Amino acid sequence: MANPAPQALKTKPATPTQGRFGRLIRNIVRYRVLLLMLLPTSIIFFINCYIPMFGLFIAFKNINYVDGIMGSPWAGLDNFRFLFATSDALRVTINTVAYNVVFIISGLILSVSLAIAINEVRNKLASKFFQTVMIMPNFLSMVVVSFIVYAFLHPEYGFLVKHILPMFGYSSVNAYMHPNAWPYILWITKMWHSIGIGSVIYLAAITGISEELYEAAVMDGASKWQQITKITLPLLTPIMVILTILNMGGIFRSDFGLFYHVTLDSGALRSTTDVIDTYVYRGLIQLNDLGMSSAANFYQSVVGFFLVIGANALARKLNRDTALF
Amino acid sequence: MTTASRSNPYTKGSTTAQIILNVFFIAFSLACILPIVLIVAISLTNEKALTLQGYKFWPDHIDASAYQYLFKHSETLVKAYGVSLTVTVIGTVLAVLLIALYAYPLYRKDFPFKKTFNFYLLITMLFSGGLVPFYLLYVNYLDLKDSLVALILPGLSNAFYIFITRTFFQQTIPEEMIESGKLDGASEWRIFFQLVLPISLPVLATIGLFTTLMYWNDWFNSMLFINDTNKFSLQYVMIQMIRQAEFFKTQLAGTGVALMVQESVPTESLRMAMVVLSIGPILFIYPFFQKYFTKGLTIGAIKG
Repeated sequence: MANPAPQALKTKPATPTQGRFGRLIRNIVRYRVLLLMLLPTSIIFFINCYIPMFGLFIAFKNINYVDGIMGSPWAGLDNFRFLFATSDALRVTINTVAYNVVFIISGLILSVSLAIAINEVRNKLASKFFQTVMIMPNFLSMVVVSFIVYAFLHPEYGFLVKHILPMFGYSSVNAYMHPNAWPYILWITKMWHSIGIGSVIYLAAITGISEELYEAAVMDGASKWQQITKITLPLLTPIMVILTILNMGGIFRSDFGLFYHVTLDSGALRSTTDVIDTYVYRGLIQLNDLGMSSAANFYQSVVGFFLVIGANALARKLNRDTALF
Repeated sequence: MTTASRSNPYTKGSTTAQIILNVFFIAFSLACILPIVLIVAISLTNEKALTLQGYKFWPDHIDASAYQYLFKHSETLVKAYGVSLTVTVIGTVLAVLLIALYAYPLYRKDFPFKKTFNFYLLITMLFSGGLVPFYLLYVNYLDLKDSLVALILPGLSNAFYIFITRTFFQQTIPEEMIESGKLDGASEWRIFFQLVLPISLPVLATIGLFTTLMYWNDWFNSMLFINDTNKFSLQYVMIQMIRQAEFFKTQLAGTGVALMVQESVPTESLRMAMVVLSIGPILFIYPFFQKYFTKGLTIGAIKG
């Protein structure tokens, strides 16, 4: 960043007559190849991200397929009125936020503990092996994960249902009919899928901590526990805080696959498993209820935006360097 | 503790602690592996044994009839494999190339439009139009329903990977190298392809592997855009299998037809065999590239 600034200052007075526009044209010509490199991806981002952003106004329209999106009449806030008049909006909001908060907090605690623990494993080969295995669940798609959960919970043949639960006096439990069990099932599934890979980031940070700190602590007679609480944890805190805050920014979005496939989209479970993403998807694809769906979509995007901005501002306040922007 | 530590400052706790740690991690590793083992075991169990004894970790007799069935009636499977493979290969090659192409100008210190294009990316990470407009654009305006393009195009826009790649360029490619390339009269394209890309292999491999995984594991875009059975991806066929078997069980239960269906088609083991075949390639490539995955994550963690 420091280098080009003086150069720019130098060129400015040299071409006073051409002005800003002339300089712009010259730069475009001069850097045409680099601009050409940027072109394809710029177009793709425009299609995938920018056009849909402007499409948010659909939430204020009364869409019908005859008139098309542009031709359909405006609906004002009707779509929102319908959405918030049902109990759905409150339910999916609470579910989304509650699951995310629990996932973020427990994921943080478990990933950090796991990273610290694995760093203490003395045998290098064993440590490598554990790391390799821990990350593996993350490479399975949520569809595969849904089969795994199903293998345990199948109402008749599931491993848990057939072999474990009978030991406690339960027989033939159909978990896919019991909404109250799902916060636990989804939590276990999510943690199984993600803490291994989460701990890798913290492990990388721990290995970056200078050995000398620990050496000095050992000289002073610090126990292992003291080394962890007095050196490792304080030095990990900035990363923990930043990652958590940034995760908080995504609190209105959820892992669609987890909530849609792992629950097999079972209607009986909606009360505890429906989140904004599944609600929008179902409204759009299954029910073809564009009004409700686009209102929920708008709600999610806009609140999500303010959450990200807020989260980033908070991160910036705590540590300028680690904020996203 | 003290005397032992003095002589060896790198010591990591007592032997008892080591044993406890190792036992814990062995248990944890099992927890990560065993669910996958269960799937493999079910796929290898005889259908009758399954209905009698339920899903077990160790089948009494190994029975590969589910796999035989899959390979005999494999038209759907072969097609789905083809779709997944095509999408994954084309998607990954395109994504890596485009990501590198976008990241490179952002790295160049002399490039005057750096800020603008950085900002252009950043916005996409902050704000999203969400599902509804995205879907309507793809289906109504771009007419991509039942097109493989709809499976590839969404995966090509990933701002996060671009930032990782740019960071990697900044950390590893000295400015002087570009300068000397220019002095030798190399064109921008030549500098990019012959100087920059070759030394960026670690980050390209990381991004490439992540993208491969993303495309291979993608089911969402299939679910949104594909109705034509010939264009089902592997993941989408699996979704159909877990849903539809449920469907015919509830529809035909107790009519006698159910029994026939169950006897001729090893439904339960068949589904799990399908899952095994879908994760096979991942488990196969994974151990080889694990170090890249870790490296890639580390780069991402340092600064996106």
